[in-house]
Amino acid sequence: MAEFMSLRDAIAANLRDGDSVAMEGFTHLIPYAAGHEVIRQGQKDLTLIRMTPDIIYDQIVGMGQAKKLVFSWAGNPGVGSLHRVREEIEAGRLAIEEHSHAAMANAFEAGAANLPFAVFRGYKGVDLPKVNPNIRSVTCPYTGEVLATVPAVRPDVAIIHALKADREGNVLLEGIVGVQKEAVLASRRSVVTVEEIVADFGPRSTNAVILPAWTVTAIAKVPGGAHPSYAQGYYKRDNAFYIAWDKIARDKAVFLKWMEENVLASGPDSFAAQARRFAVAAG
Amino acid sequence: MSAYTPTEIMTIAAARLLTNEDVCFVGIGAPSAACNLARLTHAPKITLIYESGTLSTRPSVLPLSIGDGELCDTALTTVSVPEMFRYWLQGGRITTGFLGGAQIDRFANLNTTVVGPYDQPKVRLPGGGGAPEIAIHCGQIFIIMAMGQRAFMDKLPFITSLGHGTGKGSREALGVKTRGPTQLITDLCVFEPDPETSELTVTALHPGVTRDQIQENCGWPVKFAAAVRETPAPDATELSVLRDLHARTKAAHAA
Repeated sequence: MAEFMSLRDAIAANLRDGDSVAMEGFTHLIPYAAGHEVIRQGQKDLTLIRMTPDIIYDQIVGMGQAKKLVFSWAGNPGVGSLHRVREEIEAGRLAIEEHSHAAMANAFEAGAANLPFAVFRGYKGVDLPKVNPNIRSVTCPYTGEVLATVPAVRPDVAIIHALKADREGNVLLEGIVGVQKEAVLASRRSVVTVEEIVADFGPRSTNAVILPAWTVTAIAKVPGGAHPSYAQGYYKRDNAFYIAWDKIARDKAVFLKWMEENVLASGPDSFAAQARRFAVAAG
Repeated sequence: MSAYTPTEIMTIAAARLLTNEDVCFVGIGAPSAACNLARLTHAPKITLIYESGTLSTRPSVLPLSIGDGELCDTALTTVSVPEMFRYWLQGGRITTGFLGGAQIDRFANLNTTVVGPYDQPKVRLPGGGGAPEIAIHCGQIFIIMAMGQRAFMDKLPFITSLGHGTGKGSREALGVKTRGPTQLITDLCVFEPDPETSELTVTALHPGVTRDQIQENCGWPVKFAAAVRETPAPDATELSVLRDLHARTKAAHAA
């Protein structure tokens, strides 16, 4: 049953050295505040799982906390490279397990469905199966078609950012919902940060994406916790920061100084100001 | 007629290929610019789909990322990422996929994964993302890429997404039923696969571009079709709509 905690306590109670962790959010609702808390606490030897590692994993990898990255597209969207990730891979210091988006999405879904592997039609005529031994195949027992398989993603911990929790600890997501529901349901434990905690979700679509309280381990309220990504209806994506990150991350020393000033010497409360800065006009 | 850049004519030539009937899986960058230019000019009813889950989206500015809020705000509906890849892409609902790449070979196979050996990369690129499955599930593929010796390769170090494999019949041999790349739009010319061999062949030159220029920017001996057309120069409307779109986008992302 979901327990309301401070972000510090939620991460400390749920993430340990050596864990596999999926901090999901497909461009939208990326859990930056929670990721920064992981950096401050310094958990080590993490296996980081994310379809699009984005700046948050560039930061965690750059701080030396990851031993392995499981991913399907490792770039700064619309800008270029994730320089910290790229440097570690090119230097051979970071193990990788690389997939396509379709494979990762299917693997999260298989994890949520409590299946051992995902089956889909893909990876035809390409080189990734030659370098990733986890990409295999199965023959359809009905048609004889050979289909691609990948192991289900079953992280120790899922970390996501959502719009709201109610007082019972149910969690609401809207907008681009990515694979967050699947990530939480596929994981042993989960930490959810939210923009706000409300008495009642109020009027909503009966098909809104809701994670019931009994599927979530810990909830922490962190307004602005997805900045520089965004929260639908709350604040916009800080595209200027994504562009600026290219310069910050390119040089290790500049990166470390930025991390010292903006993450290590900071805390979750700093995110609220960013939410106000990029606030969506009330409508 | 106002002057235009090579990138502008590339984007405009790509936009002209699209129609109101197309259901497009759109990638970020040049593909996104071309698809939205088509929507804002001759193809207002085109259906644009981004892999973040947004169906039938109508952004007023180009997204910087594949999942900007603008895409969700202007979409008919937004689905989860597993649903996007399973029901919509693998389900065969997309007529046209738009891809870019870091490197391409003469059979339109693409590399966006690595330069040098996979285990000891010289340059680590972002990877495939949606491309490996976009390349096999969309009815046909349009590729947009600027030409250059480091991009148009005689042999790719890594195949991230399938074009025509090693030539005519490769896709069929792999059990792939879609057409694959049918157009490669560059900043200098348009290539199409040869009907007999599937090798990329120049079928149109952009105005003022010479055959030597194309060969100088390509790592394999370029083949030209028997009849090579000239791409019509961009007209004033195409240029002004494209430039307005880029100006709005730049202002929005700097805010």
